[in-house]
Amino acid sequence: MEYFVIIVGSIFVSNIVLTQFLGVCPFLGVSGKLDTSIGMGGAVIFVLTLATLVTWIIQYYVLNPFGLAFMQTIVFILVIASLVQMVEIILKKVSPSLYSALGVFLPLITTNCAVLGVAILTIQKDFGLLEGVVYAMSNAIGFTLALVIFAGIREHLDLMEVPKGMKGVPIALIVAGILALSFMGFTGLV
Amino acid sequence: MNQFTNFTKGFIKENPVFVLLLGMCPTLGVTTSAINGLGMGLATTFVLVMSNLVVSLVRNFIPDKVRIPSFIVIIASFVTIVELVMQAYLPELFESLGLFIPLIVVNCIVLGRAEAFASKNTPVSSLLDGAGMGLGFAFALTLLGGVRELLGSSAIFGIDLVKGDLMLVFILAPGAFIVLGYLIAIINKLNKAH
Repeated sequence: MEYFVIIVGSIFVSNIVLTQFLGVCPFLGVSGKLDTSIGMGGAVIFVLTLATLVTWIIQYYVLNPFGLAFMQTIVFILVIASLVQMVEIILKKVSPSLYSALGVFLPLITTNCAVLGVAILTIQKDFGLLEGVVYAMSNAIGFTLALVIFAGIREHLDLMEVPKGMKGVPIALIVAGILALSFMGFTGLV
Repeated sequence: MNQFTNFTKGFIKENPVFVLLLGMCPTLGVTTSAINGLGMGLATTFVLVMSNLVVSLVRNFIPDKVRIPSFIVIIASFVTIVELVMQAYLPELFESLGLFIPLIVVNCIVLGRAEAFASKNTPVSSLLDGAGMGLGFAFALTLLGGVRELLGSSAIFGIDLVKGDLMLVFILAPGAFIVLGYLIAIINKLNKAH
């Protein structure tokens, strides 16, 4: 039950992109086409879960025992950056087909604030290891859901007649606003 | 003259938020009021100025291959300084900006300026570039926060104009996207007119 609340809460009620504003850059950047948005979503689910797992272990077994909690920001960003590099290298060797699907998105993920954001949030919310991993994965799924829905809408939007000044980013932002409005309907679900 | 444009280009012509569309997460996340926008903007400006200066000073000593990780360490150090100082002296602001303070590290503007400008230019130009870009960012955030505060809670910088709330949706998440969309459309129009 507890896990169910975490999962529904982070996918729908407090969706990471549409209510917490984490990962907005890739949300606007790679939502032009449906295929690329699915690829990006897959890469984010993979990296975000792994990064939260590793940063949780580092926080509780390295930073806290040695009284280095104030180094959190520096340590986490370095861990995430090297983790992404490592995933890239391992994936290239072990599974070339997965690499060709996710590879181009991996370097972009280091600067995706959703990854660092969720890693810090997991610590702030005092989750245990398993809860933290579930929390991270459901947030990543929420990110993918928002991204895929948004990409689908934008593909249709390209064919619409939009006032000249609103073309491109402005109309995309307003659509995102309306999407956020509809996600507000989930408020109070859990 | 050249130094002067280094400073002023960040305001309108290459405004990081309205024109370059960088640093969207804090832009949308913290701008529920003008004060929050200004606080976040100034915190980012400090990090941007200091990291640009340091990156520019060490640009000839850092091997090309490890330059990005080195930049990230420099930026993260200054972010930690801001985090600790703000927590000590401005606890209220720190509380309302919350998670977005440590997330200055992954703000694309900071790393972007380090890589695109400071690693190739002299310390003085880099300092001015950082200050201009940072203040342009602060200006954008304050404007967005001001409009949202005015429409949502009918106040400016916390001073009530009318009693009670107006259209609360502008303070909530959807309002951020919608107001920013319209602001960018207006700025595009103004830039075209010139």
